[in-house]
Amino acid sequence: MVFELEGIEVNGANGSQRLSIEGLRLPSNGMTVIVGPSGAGKSTLLRLLNRLEIPDGGLIRFDGRPIGETDPLDLRRAVGMVFQEPVRFPGTVFDNLREADPSIDEDSAESLLKRVGLDSSFVTRLADELSGGEAQRMCIARALATGPMVLLMDEPTSSLDPATTRKIEEQALALVGTGVPILWVTHDTGQMHRIASHVICLIDGAVAYEGPAADMTAVPDPRVAEFLDEQPS
Amino acid sequence: MSTADVTTLGLIASLILVVVAIGISATQRLGLERDIVWATVRSLVQLLFVGVVLAFVIDPGQPLILSWAWVAAMVSFAGVVIHRRAPEIPGVLFLGMVAIGAAATVTLAVIFGLGVFPLEGRTLVPLAGMMVGNSMNATVLAARRVVDEFSSNRREVEARLALGQSSRQASRRYLRSALRTALTPQIETTKAVGLVFLPGAMTGLILAGVDPIEAVRVQAAIMYLILGSVATTATVMTIGIGHRLFTPDHRLIRLPRS
Repeated sequence: MVFELEGIEVNGANGSQRLSIEGLRLPSNGMTVIVGPSGAGKSTLLRLLNRLEIPDGGLIRFDGRPIGETDPLDLRRAVGMVFQEPVRFPGTVFDNLREADPSIDEDSAESLLKRVGLDSSFVTRLADELSGGEAQRMCIARALATGPMVLLMDEPTSSLDPATTRKIEEQALALVGTGVPILWVTHDTGQMHRIASHVICLIDGAVAYEGPAADMTAVPDPRVAEFLDEQPS
Repeated sequence: MSTADVTTLGLIASLILVVVAIGISATQRLGLERDIVWATVRSLVQLLFVGVVLAFVIDPGQPLILSWAWVAAMVSFAGVVIHRRAPEIPGVLFLGMVAIGAAATVTLAVIFGLGVFPLEGRTLVPLAGMMVGNSMNATVLAARRVVDEFSSNRREVEARLALGQSSRQASRRYLRSALRTALTPQIETTKAVGLVFLPGAMTGLILAGVDPIEAVRVQAAIMYLILGSVATTATVMTIGIGHRLFTPDHRLIRLPRS
């Protein structure tokens, strides 16, 4: 198990509960999709995993070690994160990759870009001039530059068109095939069915379902049925 | 050469200009008449009080420690004013005092250590006053700019942290930008001096009958003192606030709205 969570509590600014997870084990292989409606705590969960936030209570283990005992910078290099909107740093794509690995050379940069489906001409392109899909792929390559053991992806296709979305999904599945497990957050059950090898459904900050995507409809929890019903067919 | 001593009658005559301001407020229905009267009375009382106390403090017969105590009080009071003007910035009271204290140490050490001015109560108190007054604005501006930079670039900063950069690395670019913005007004003011406006000290000296070239020399030294102190306070403030916006485990805290 790459992550194990025990008794996690995260409270909102007004004292309300944003997340309450009794116990959760996130597998160290495949594509785990964390699905649920907006405000269910999906992004909060990802932010806890690479310590951009810390829980108000409970314990998170990464690779068997409590993350509070791990150097946060080492943890973040081992747990790559891709955000909802592509974040472009000033300069070229190469400059962006160097933010993750200052010692990277052009050959390594090219092979990283190749892993996300961008050819070598992108190395010298300005990050600001990339399309949304290209920029998001650059962000994935940048996250891979630290050599992570796992990738966290927070609704990485929510701002992209359907064709680009499919391309990113394919690239992500290809990465999973090369041995990089991914935790992918989405509210789109269609996407979940396309890519998930394992599903965790969060509703109102708690785990409402965990298992294969195909079995989700058989869950007795009425909140899961309600969430699935609200999705466009 | 005649000096421009203002007699009591002259001072009363200058109040005509306050009457003009009140008249403008009344005719334009700004509702500021009471405020103008209050500001005029208050400033006069404050200045008279300071004048009386200063006359005692900087009297050559008094020990210099009195003047230093006055400077310490100014630095502390500046911290309170900075806190009042930017209460939303975390730890601004302490940082403000540290920043201005650091600037006072650096600039006064240069000014008096190198003998630019003789170290006496009559030079120490007004020079420190100039330094503190001008540094206060730069301090508040720098603090606000830092918080604004991190609020508007929160996603970028967190994306850098998520790559395993330390808070120091992740914030460098934004701190530099905030510092540049905080220093620019003072640099522009320094550039425009003499062409666009005549600064207070020089005007005062010329009015008091001092030779303009001598007045310029004094003014130039004061201007460099202010530039140095503004740069020091803004830098200390920027680094200090930048440090406080992160937790020891390199997380960006929730930012106040400025």
